[in-house]
Order: sequence, then C-alpha cells, then structure tokens
Amino acid sequence: MLDPLHSTRKILTSIALLAAFVLAPWIGEVLAQEKVLNLYTARHYATDESFYSGYTKATGIKINRIEGGEDALFERIKSEGANSPADVFLTVDVARLWRAEQAGIFESLKSEPLNKRIPAHYRDADNKWFGFSARARVIAYDQKKIKPAQVERYEDLADSKWKGEICTRPSSHPYNLSLISSMILHLGEEKATEWARGVANNLARPPRGGDTDQLQAVGAGECSIALSNHYYYVRLMRSEKPADRALVEKVKLVWPNQDGRGTHVNISGGGILRHAPHRDAGVKFLEYLASDAAQTLFAKGNNEWPTVPGVKLANPELESFGKFKTDTLPLADLGKTQATAQRIADKVGWK
Amino acid sequence: MTGLAALRSRLYVRSPAGRLGWLGSVSIIVAASVFAPIVAVIWNVYLPSATTWSHLVSTVLPEYIFNTLLLAVLVGFGVVFFGVTSAWLVTAYSFPGQRILEWALVLPLAMPAYVMAYAYTDWLQVAGPVQTAIREITGWQVREYWFPEIRSLPGAAAMLSFALYPYVYLLARSAFLDQSQTTLEAARLAGYGAWGRFWHVALPLARTGIVAGTALALMETLADFGTVSYFAVNTFTTGIYRAWLSLGDPVAAGQLASCLLVFVLAMLTLERTHRGGARYAGKRIPMPPQQLRGWRAASAFGFCAAPITLGFLVPAGVLLRLALNEPEAQFDARVYSLVANTFTLSGVAAIAALLVAVLLAYAGRVVRSPLVHGANQAAVLGYALPGAVIAVGILLPLGKLDNAIADWTYEQFGVKTGLLLTGSITALIYAYLVRFLAVAFQTVDAGLTRVTSSMDDAARSLGLSPARTLLRVHLPIMWGSLLTAGLLVFVDVMKELPATFAMRPFNFDTLAVEAYNLAKDERIAEAAVPSLLIVGIALVPLILLSRQITRSGLMRREGPGHV
Repeated sequence: MLDPLHSTRKILTSIALLAAFVLAPWIGEVLAQEKVLNLYTARHYATDESFYSGYTKATGIKINRIEGGEDALFERIKSEGANSPADVFLTVDVARLWRAEQAGIFESLKSEPLNKRIPAHYRDADNKWFGFSARARVIAYDQKKIKPAQVERYEDLADSKWKGEICTRPSSHPYNLSLISSMILHLGEEKATEWARGVANNLARPPRGGDTDQLQAVGAGECSIALSNHYYYVRLMRSEKPADRALVEKVKLVWPNQDGRGTHVNISGGGILRHAPHRDAGVKFLEYLASDAAQTLFAKGNNEWPTVPGVKLANPELESFGKFKTDTLPLADLGKTQATAQRIADKVGWK
Repeated sequence: MTGLAALRSRLYVRSPAGRLGWLGSVSIIVAASVFAPIVAVIWNVYLPSATTWSHLVSTVLPEYIFNTLLLAVLVGFGVVFFGVTSAWLVTAYSFPGQRILEWALVLPLAMPAYVMAYAYTDWLQVAGPVQTAIREITGWQVREYWFPEIRSLPGAAAMLSFALYPYVYLLARSAFLDQSQTTLEAARLAGYGAWGRFWHVALPLARTGIVAGTALALMETLADFGTVSYFAVNTFTTGIYRAWLSLGDPVAAGQLASCLLVFVLAMLTLERTHRGGARYAGKRIPMPPQQLRGWRAASAFGFCAAPITLGFLVPAGVLLRLALNEPEAQFDARVYSLVANTFTLSGVAAIAALLVAVLLAYAGRVVRSPLVHGANQAAVLGYALPGAVIAVGILLPLGKLDNAIADWTYEQFGVKTGLLLTGSITALIYAYLVRFLAVAFQTVDAGLTRVTSSMDDAARSLGLSPARTLLRVHLPIMWGSLLTAGLLVFVDVMKELPATFAMRPFNFDTLAVEAYNLAKDERIAEAAVPSLLIVGIALVPLILLSRQITRSGLMRREGPGHV
C-alpha cells in the first residue's frame, strides 16, 4: 500500500508542476509584448482562417483569438472592463451588434476607407460597428408542388392554404427574430402578430433543428416550403455528396419581396472596443476586412454576400443567383425591435 | 446507547461545542467561495426586472416547468431502470460475457449527450438512412407512415437516460459489491427467493448509492442545454437562455436560474433524508456470484447489452460512418493542440475538485456542525446550473476583482499585468469546480459513509489528529472512491461546453468547442471527427475506472485481507 503522507506530497508536487506548466507560456506571452491583435469573434467558420493569415501576411501583426458564443463573449467583454485584452469584437446578427453598442463597449471610429466602402444601412449611425457580410433570409420550396409565384413574399407564408406545409427553425433563433422584427417595422406590431400567427399555424412540425434540416425536410417531402439563410443552400450546391446534389435539384429558392421592399438580410460585423490595448492594429484589421481581398473571401469561403458593392465573388454558385433587391431598412432598428419580436412569437405559439 | 453517543461526540469534536476548529473553518471558507458565483446569480432576485418576468409567466413558463418536470421524471425512471438492473445482474450473477459487460456498461459516459443527439438525429430523421431505407423497402411516401420523432421530449429523455445511467450503474454497483454475503445468506434462510433478496435486501441496502447516482443524473438533466436546445424541447434552462439572449434581460435570467436552484434543493433534501439511517456495519464477506445458464444467461446478457448498444455502439457507429464519408473532415496538426488543451483542463479540474471534495466531505464528517453541513450543501448546488449561467456568475465578480488587481499593480509598480484570473485558465477551472464539485463530492462522501465510524473512533482514541486519521485511515480505504470521483470529473470536464466556450483564454480551443462550433454551423459530418476524439479520449479514464472497480470487486470476491 502507498504511504498516504508520501503520496499526498507527491500529488501536491505534481499540482505545482502542472500549474507552472500551464502558466509558463502565458506569462511568456505577457512579457514578450510582440505586435499582436486580440480578437474576440463569434464567427467560427473554417474559412475564416484565410482572413487571419491574410491580415498577418499584410501587416505582420499576429492574431490571438477567442472564438466563442456570441452572448457569452459579449458578457465577457463587459465584465473585463477597462483591462480587457480584446481589441476587436466580431459577431453575427445585427441585434447583437446593437446590444453591444447599447452597452457602450464599442468606440466610434472615424475611418475613411470603412465609411466610403460600406453602405450606410450596413453600419451604425455613429460608426460604432460595421457589417462585413450579408446573409439573405430566403424561401425554399419543393418545385414539384409549389410555383415560385405562390411564395414570392414573406407575407404569403401566413396564407392558410399552406397549412401543414411550412418548416422553420425555432422562433428564438436570431435569424427568425430579425425577420419577425423586419415584419414589425414594415407592417406594424398588429399585422406582424397576425403574420407570425399565420406562419405558426401553417407549420408542418414543431420547429426544430437548423436551417439545413429544414431544407432536408423539404427534400424528403415532410413539408413543401421552408425558411432558410441562403448560404446553407449554397453550401449544399457546392457539396460533392450525391444526397446534397439531389436535394438542390428538388428544392429551389425564392428571393422574397422583390417587387416591394426587397429581401430581408442580416449581417455579420464588428467594431473596435473602447478599451482596446492595440487600437491601431484593430483599426487596420477592420479596414482589412472591408478590403477587396477579404470581401471576396467572405463570398468565396463562406458563401456570404460582401457588403462592399462591386466586389468579385469568385463563387459561381453564389453568382448564379444574380443581383437581387435587399431591404434597406437601417439594420440597427432590427436590434431595437428584437425583444418585441420574441414576445410576439411567444404569444402566437411559434415555438 | 446514550453513553456511546456521548463518547463519540467527544471523540469527534475536540473543541468545545459551537466551535468549528481549523478544519471546519477552512472547509466553510472553501465551500463559500465555491458558492459565491451562485450567490451572484441569486442576487438577481433582488433586482428589479423589466416586464420580462410577467411576460414569461403569462406565455411560456408553465410549459417550461411542465416539460422540465416530465423530462426529470422520465430520465429518473430511465437511469434507475438501466443502471440498477445492469448493476445487479453483473454483480449477483455470472454469465458468458459478464466480465466484458461489467466494464463496458460505463462506456456511454464517454459520449456527451449532445453528441449522441447529433448522431441519433442524423440517423433517424426523415432524410436519414433509417427512414430512407424504410421508404425504399416499402415504397411508402413520407407522410404515409408513422415514425417516432427523435427530436421531441421523449427523444431527449432517451438521450439523457442513455448518457447518464452509468452514474447510477457505478454507484449501485459498488454498493452491491459492498454488501455482505451474510446478509443475503440470512435472507435466503428466511425464505426469500432471488427476486425477494433483490427487492427486500439488496435494493434497500444499496439505496444510498442509487439515490446519489440518480440525483447526479437529474441535476445533469436540469442543467442540460445542448440536447434540449438541439431537439427544440423548451425546458427551464431554455427559458433562462431565452430571457437572457432573446429578451436581453440577464436579471430575469438570473431569477429563473434561482428558481431552478429550488428544484435542486428539493432533490438534495430528498437524497439526504434517504441516506438517513444508512450505516454500514459488520464484516464484509463478499457475495459469490451465482452462475446462470441457458436462456437466463442469454436474457441477462441482452439486458446488459441493450444500454451499451443504445448509449454507445449505435451513436459511435453513426459518427464513424459520418466521419468516413465526409471528404472535408479534417485531421491536421490543430487536432493535437485541441487534444492537449482538453487534457490540461480536465486534469487540473479533476485534481482541484478532488482536493476540495475530500476537504468538504471530511469536515462534514468530523465537525458535526450544521454550519458545515449547510455550507457543503450550498457548494454542490452549481451542478444543476447551466454552464453559461455559472460563467456569468463568475465573470461578473471575478472581473471586478481582476480589474482591481490590475489597477493596483499598475499604480504600485507601473506594471500592466492584464487580467490574471479571467485571462488565464484559472477562472475556467474555478467554473468547473462550481459546476462539477457535486460529482466529486457525492462520490467521495458516499465512499466516506462506507468507512464505519468505529474506525474513526479507534484511530482517534489512539491519538491521531483528524488530519492524520484522514491520511492514514480514510484515504487508503476509500482510494477507489477517490479514483472514481477524479475520473468522473475528468470526463465531465472534457464534455463540458458552455463555460469552456465563454471563459477560455486566447488561442485555447478544446475538442468539445470544436465539435460544437461545427455542429452549430450545421456541419454535423465534420463535427463527427472531434466528437469521436472526445469519445476516444474519455474511454481511457473510463476503462481505468472500470478496471479499478472490477479489480476491487474481484479482490473482495476472492476474500478479505486486501484493501
């Protein structure tokens, strides 16, 4: 049997060694003070690596990053306060950008390249955050059962003739909330509630899964109409798997409300933090994200639309959709309305 | 009797009544610091919230509560059914394959419930291989036949039962192994058959272990977010997230989290009262297993193999198939750093949790003070809190402390230290401690109760101090419980997601984070690779754990004389 006293000493020694081992590289980093950019990002796409390496190559600045949950990172920045190591915060969904701006974590940035390149409705009025890529909320349909003209507006989804035909993810997801918010802003709260009730009544099954699951459900015949962000569909178009190829043959997309206000888009974006220790590196990073090279990467790598107009897409599938009209509602307003949107969804029983 | 009790109380508490001694004081301070983030959450109850609360009550809260209770009841039945029956079969009987089943029954612990949910969904959904095969064979169309929906409340209950029954299995099994042959022999002589001995003797004697295991499983169920959110089953935890993230009201989220704690308190009280008079006494003569043959052996085998198949083989097979069919699945140098980070976090957290658990459990045993007991009960509450809620409870106070330290060192020495606690893995380890102390504590505490108090009396009357009694007497005897506790925490931390996600330092990703990121981006097939790695790594400590238990079981079977 082990002598317990002896083994306890051994355990304590190993703990001390382990602690030293864990802390050493970190202390080294603090002392080294090399040229770095500390990035908190809620984006987590494998292709984002190409931005980081592109930036490092262009500027010689190394990027430290934490990829995290959108809201958890935001809480973290708030709690870290004035000593936060973070320089730039990138996130998806404009409501989150709006909430971050409301909490006062962003600095208002006067950057000529950013202001010139990014259209006004894709950035904050005080230039506290900037949208770098856009995602369209589109309607997918089974082309054997549905004519595109039947679902060319979001409003059509509330028509009772689609009872039991619509698939969507849960209402609490930001992509749905921001769509509901846009309905509120365009139609008013009362009509938007009616619309949400109509959609909720038409659902083929209780909302579950992500957007890809909804597209697959249309493919399998469980429903004939689905709401999805466009890049999930493009990803299937670019897939080499036979099942995915078959799905895009069967399921097609409508860009809604082309004759009216345009298709609803949300963005991913970010801004420079008020307490950024490496402010200049951060500003350079944001400007880099708005550059032609990086903007193309958003399209090429992750099938998103660049927010800078006229940028090369280098993505034949994305290009195949052609130009479309987007809703130019100031995106910040969507953030303001989000809580109301969730209340409406809860009230009408859209789970 | 009263004389004995008086003697005992004199031996236990050296200091005059009402004083805690250093052991009690240290234990209370440690327990309080584990409890502090929970207080930070409860604090929200006293803050005014917007109209969120009344909105939730009038719309979705009743459904959340109903779902949570139903889920807890279903999972409770599930884990007890799988855990207790299999534990009894492999300890009381011997049949072909029993030796393998004995350790294989813990394998589902390697599979995070959310990973299991990804796998089953892919397998059983309408476009998945099972339903496609059914359609091809029968020629039916999609809406022409009924198929159970996996993404539903019963589905979530099934996932959680498969993933969590090993807690009950482990604790029930060691309780059965500890039972003495004499007791069961006496029952046999009293005319009880095989079922009678199980129902009336073995089961009541193993109650402490079974209830403790079930309590762990249920707390894990209440805290689960990954599985229920993937299945879109709205539970109390969903409500917390919805209040915080969609309605932008962290105060209401904290208030909901506090309600969740009331559930937990009720459960812990139940567990405590159940433990009541359970004391182990007498010489343990191990119970020789009874040989089964023919259909009895086959059905015993089937009974034990079912949870392993459902909780491990099927999901692992589905993931493997996904990973092999995925052209984009990557296995590059990045994987090594993911594995190394995962190991570091889990190892450090396991050791920390073990040290704290031993301190608290032993103080609770030696210092018979309601204050110490209360502090211990409070310290384990974090197990039922969703990781993200704990993260917020920690980040807020620790962030303030961190900033104060950084400002102070800057003023005093002109050195910018940055954030020492929240910027390193220290804060994260702290979060794991808050979240998983219950796992270590329950196991260590249950192990301690099995050391008869007469041993303490003997050691103390021979003049050993409480600390030396712990080192010389308790720890060697409960070595097995310690190992179990450490390994359970190791595996739990490996699978933990929300707190890791929120609090890890720069450039510090783990396997769980990677799997979640890919799954969240709806790349289930690519998520299969890190998921399989989690399972593969978790298997190592689990097999160690199983072997350890089997070996101690064998020793006991082969006769006394070994410890």
